Amino acid sequence: MKSRFLMANALLAATVLGAAPTAQAENLTLCWAAWDPANALVELSKGFESQSGHNMSFEFVPWPNFADRMLNELNSGGKLCDLLIGDSQWVGGAAENGQYLKLNEFFDKEGISMDDFIPATVTGYSEWPKNTPNYYALPAFGDVVGWTYRKDWFARPELQTEFKATYGRDLDVPNSLAELKDIGEFFQGRNIDGKKVYGAAIYTERGSEGITMGVTNALYNYGFAYENPDKPYDIEGFVNSKGAIEGLEFYKDLYDCCTPPGSSDWYMGANIDAYKSGQVAMQMNFAFIWPGVEADANVGGGKSGYFPNPAGPAGQFAQLGGQGISVVASSDKRAAALEYIKWFAQPKVQQDWWKAGGYSALRAVVEDPSFASSQPYAQTFLDSMAIVKDFWAEPSYASLLLPMQARVHNYVVAGQGTAKEALDALVEDWKEVFEDEGKL
Amino acid sequence: MPKSAIERAAEVTPPAVARRIKGLSDRAIAWIFVTPTIVILLAINIFPLIWTIWLSFTNFRVNRPNNAVEFIGLRNYERILTDPDTWMTMQATAHFLFWTIFFQVLIGFALAYLINKKFKGNDMWTTIIVLPMMLSPAVVGNFWTFLYQPQIGFFNYVVSFFTGVDPTSFSMIGDVSLAPWSIVIVDTWMWTPFVMLICLAGLRSIPDNIYEAAECDRASKWRQFWTITIPMVLPFLMLAILFRGIENFKMFDLVVQLTGGGPGSTTELTSINLKREAFEKWRTGFASAYAVILFVTVFGLASIYVKALNRVKAR
Amino acid sequence: MSFSVNEPSNRQKWGAGILVISYAIITLLPLLWIIATGFKSPADSISYPPKVLFEPSLEGYVNLFTTQTRASEETFEALGDPTTWYDEIVRKKGMVIVGPSRFSERFLNSVIIGFGSTFFAIVLGTAAAYAFSRFRVPLKDDLLFFILSTRMMPPIAVAIPIFLMFRQLGLSDTHAGMILLYTGVNLSLAVWLINGFIDEIPIEYEEAALIDGYTRFQAFYKVVLPQAATGIASTAIFCLIFAWNEYAFAVLLTSGNAQTAPPFIPTIIGVGGFDWPAMAAGATIFLLPVMVFTILLRKHLLSGITFGAVRK
Repeated sequence: MKSRFLMANALLAATVLGAAPTAQAENLTLCWAAWDPANALVELSKGFESQSGHNMSFEFVPWPNFADRMLNELNSGGKLCDLLIGDSQWVGGAAENGQYLKLNEFFDKEGISMDDFIPATVTGYSEWPKNTPNYYALPAFGDVVGWTYRKDWFARPELQTEFKATYGRDLDVPNSLAELKDIGEFFQGRNIDGKKVYGAAIYTERGSEGITMGVTNALYNYGFAYENPDKPYDIEGFVNSKGAIEGLEFYKDLYDCCTPPGSSDWYMGANIDAYKSGQVAMQMNFAFIWPGVEADANVGGGKSGYFPNPAGPAGQFAQLGGQGISVVASSDKRAAALEYIKWFAQPKVQQDWWKAGGYSALRAVVEDPSFASSQPYAQTFLDSMAIVKDFWAEPSYASLLLPMQARVHNYVVAGQGTAKEALDALVEDWKEVFEDEGKL
Repeated sequence: MPKSAIERAAEVTPPAVARRIKGLSDRAIAWIFVTPTIVILLAINIFPLIWTIWLSFTNFRVNRPNNAVEFIGLRNYERILTDPDTWMTMQATAHFLFWTIFFQVLIGFALAYLINKKFKGNDMWTTIIVLPMMLSPAVVGNFWTFLYQPQIGFFNYVVSFFTGVDPTSFSMIGDVSLAPWSIVIVDTWMWTPFVMLICLAGLRSIPDNIYEAAECDRASKWRQFWTITIPMVLPFLMLAILFRGIENFKMFDLVVQLTGGGPGSTTELTSINLKREAFEKWRTGFASAYAVILFVTVFGLASIYVKALNRVKAR
Repeated sequence: MSFSVNEPSNRQKWGAGILVISYAIITLLPLLWIIATGFKSPADSISYPPKVLFEPSLEGYVNLFTTQTRASEETFEALGDPTTWYDEIVRKKGMVIVGPSRFSERFLNSVIIGFGSTFFAIVLGTAAAYAFSRFRVPLKDDLLFFILSTRMMPPIAVAIPIFLMFRQLGLSDTHAGMILLYTGVNLSLAVWLINGFIDEIPIEYEEAALIDGYTRFQAFYKVVLPQAATGIASTAIFCLIFAWNEYAFAVLLTSGNAQTAPPFIPTIIGVGGFDWPAMAAGATIFLLPVMVFTILLRKHLLSGITFGAVRK
C-alpha cells in the first residue's frame, strides 16, 4: 500500500517540477504556530517578497490549538496553507496520506543537500520512514527542551554558602537530574526578596502534549526506550523497563518536591509566566523562549542562565521540539511554495534567520566559530541539539500521545497508582494502537 | 401610514402573481412557512445524525483517505461499552451534572424568591446577576484558570481573605479532590442566573388571589410557601433542570479550557473524551458510535423526564 | 388594589435586597477582575501576589489589536521617534508594531455569523411556528418534540458528519457554512419558543382581521407579528447569545477565514507567556455587544427564558 502513496507523491512532485517556474505573482500562505519566531519569520520573508514578486500571507495558530487546527486543515483537504511549518510528529501521517509534497527531486534539482543540516533535525523533521532518505520537509526551526535558571539567585553568596553546607558542593548548573532536584528542593519555599519562591516549573499540561514533552526528558535519561532497537514496535520491557519506571518516579518526585503549587496544568506559556514573575529558580522549556528571556526586563540581561537537560543514570538526552517546512500537496501554488523553500534554504537567509531569533538548523550557521558566543544561550542550544530524541512520528502518533498524556498525568499529577502500573497500562494502550494499525 | 412590506411587494408584483400570493390557500401557506425550516433541520440535524449512525458501524477514519472502509458491525459499540475509561468519564459527567444542578437550583430559586420581594432597584440587580451567563464559556473557562492560580490568582486570595487559609496551600485545578469542584463552581457561577430567571418567571405567574385566599383561611406563611409557592413553581423548576441537564451533559468548551480533563482524567467529561477520539485520534467510526451512545442516553433520559414534567403540569 | 396581603413588609424587602445585592457583588467580582486585568500591564497582571491597585495601562488593548516583533537597535534607529501613543507603549518593550492583529477580523466574523444566523433562525422560525400554531399539521406535538430534541446532540457528536459534509460542499471555514450551521442549531429552539408565544395570541384577532378582508399574509403580518414581537425579541436574545459564544463548532470547522472570536481569545499569546491583559481586553470588548443587547431587552428576558413552554 505504502509504495502506492509514495508513487503518487512522486508523480505529483514530478508534475510540479516539470512546469516551468511561473513568472506570475502568487499570493502564498504560510501556516505556523503563533509565537515569537513566527513574527520574526514575517520580517524575514519580506526579503523573499521583494526578490520573487510573490506576496506572502501568514496564518499563525496558537500552540494549544495548533495540532488540532492544522491536522484538521490537512485532513479536510483545505487550501488555506500553501506552506506549512508543521510539528515533527505529523510527518508520518502527512507523508503516508500524501498531504505533504515529497521533496527529494526538488532538493536534487536545486542542489539542496540534507547533509548540510543538523542530522537530528533532518531525521526529526524531514524523514519518513525515519532513517531513510525520503524527505517531506526542510528543517526550519530547531528546538529542544532545555533549562533556564536564575543566575542572579544562584550567585548570591549567602545562598551559595548555605547550599554548600547542605549538599557539599557548589550551587551551580546541575550535572545530573538528581542534582537538579537537590537545587529544586533548596529553593522550594525559600524566601527571596520578601517573596516565597519555588524550585522549578516543569511541563504538566494535560490537554495537548505538555506532560509528555516534559516527562520524556526524565524517562530517556533513566533508560526508557520507545521500542526494541532490533525489532520495531516491540515495546514490552522497553517502554516499561526498570529504568523507565525509575524515570517516571523521578519526574513525580520532582513535581511533588519542587514545583509551585497549582502548576498542575502548565506548559510553555505558564512556565514562562512563573519564571518571569519571579516564582521559580528554574524552568523547563523549549529553547525558543530563550531570546525572549534574555530581552525581558525582570529576568533578562544576564540575570538568567541556560543549561541542557542534565544526564541521568542511563545517559543524557533531551526532548526534540521544532519543525520543518513543507509544501501542502492540495495547494494550487506548489511551484511558488517550492520557490520559497529554495529561498529559505540559502545560507545567507539562514544566517539572518538566526539573527532574527529563529533557530536555524543549517550546519553552516551553527558550526560557524562565532555562533557559540553570538548569544548567551547559543552554546546550550548546540549542546542540547546533540542529544535529542523525539516522540513517535507514526501516522497514528495522536493515538499514541493521548494515552501517554492520560497515564502519565494520572500518576504524576493526580498521584493515582504506581509508576509501574502507569507504564504497564501505557504498553497495553500502545499495543492496541499498533494492533489496530496492523503493525503487530 | 407607511405601507407594509407585503403591500409594497404586492405593488411591484405582476397582478396575476400577486393574486396568486394573496389568494394562497391556508394549506399552501402552511407549506411555504414550514418547508424552509424542515429542509434546514433535515440538512443540519437529521441527515448528520443518520450519517453518524451509519459511520458508527464502520472503521472509517477521516485521516486515512486511502484505507478501505469496512463494515464492522457492532464492534465499535462493544469496545466502547466494555472500556472502563468510558465509565470513568460517565462518572465524572454524572458528578458534574448532579452538583451543578443541585447548587444552581438551590441558589437560583433562593435568589428568585428574594428578588420577588420587589425591593427597590431589583430590576437593576437582576440584570447585573444575569451578566455571567452572557459570556462565552470558552473564554470564561480560560480566565478561570488564571483566577485559580495559587500564586497569582484572584480566587485563592479571596478564599484566603475570608478563611485565613494560605492562598498557595491549595490548588483548585491541580488537586484530584478539588478539581471536580472547580468546574462545578465555575458552571454554577455562570448559570445560576439562568435558573433564577426561570424561577422568577414561575413566581410571577402565581396570581395574587391564591395567596389572598390562603390568607383568609389563616394558613401560615410557611404553609403557603409549601402548598402554594413550591407546587406552582415546580413545573418551571423542572424545566430549568431539563435545560441545564441537557446543556451540561453536552458540556465541552468550559471544562476543556479550564482543566483539559485533568488532573489525570478526573474531569474528563464524555464530550471531551469524544472530541479526543473524533478530532485528535481521528477514529471517525469509533467516535460516531460513541456519539450515538451519548445521544441515545440524553434522548432517553430527556424523554422520560419530559413525561414526568407533563404529569406535573397536568396536575 | 393599593394594598395586597402578600405585599412584603419593608423589613422583608430590606433583608431580601441586602442578600441579593451581596450575591450580585460576589458574582460580579470575577467579571470585574477580568475587566481590570485588561487595563493592567502584563507584568502587573501576573504579579505575585495579585495586585488590586495598579497603574492603568493600555498595553493589553494595544497588544490585542497589533502584531509586534522584537527589533534590533539598528531598526530602532532607522525608525526614528515613535509617532503615536501606541507606538510608544510598544517601543518601551523593545518591540515594533508590524501590523494589525487578527482580532478585528475575528470580531467581525462573530458579528456577521452571530447576527446573520440569528436573523435567519428568527425569520424562518417565526414562519414555521406560525404554521405549527395556526394550521393543522399532522403529528404536530411529536414533530415539535423531535425538532427540539435535535438540540440534545452534543455538538461534537454532530460535528463529525458536518465536518465531512462541509468538506464535500466546500463550506468548511466559510461564513455561509457557519451561518447555515448556527441557523440550523438555533432554528429548533426558535420554532419551539415562538410557537409558544403565538399559541397565546387569541385566534379571534386574526379571524376578525380575515373578516375585515385581510389575506392570511396580511393577518399574519399586521396582527400576529406585532403581538408576538416581545416573545420574538427574547428568542432573538437567546439565539444571539448561543451563536455569539459558540465554541465547539467554531474551533473544529473554521480556521483562517471564518473563525469567530471565542476560539481566538483564549489563544492570544504575547511575547512568550500568556498575554492576560490582551486576552482580558478581547474578552471585555467581546462581551460589550451582548451586554448592551441584553440591557436594552432586559424586560423581555423573563418571557423568553420560560421558553413559552409551561403553557397555561
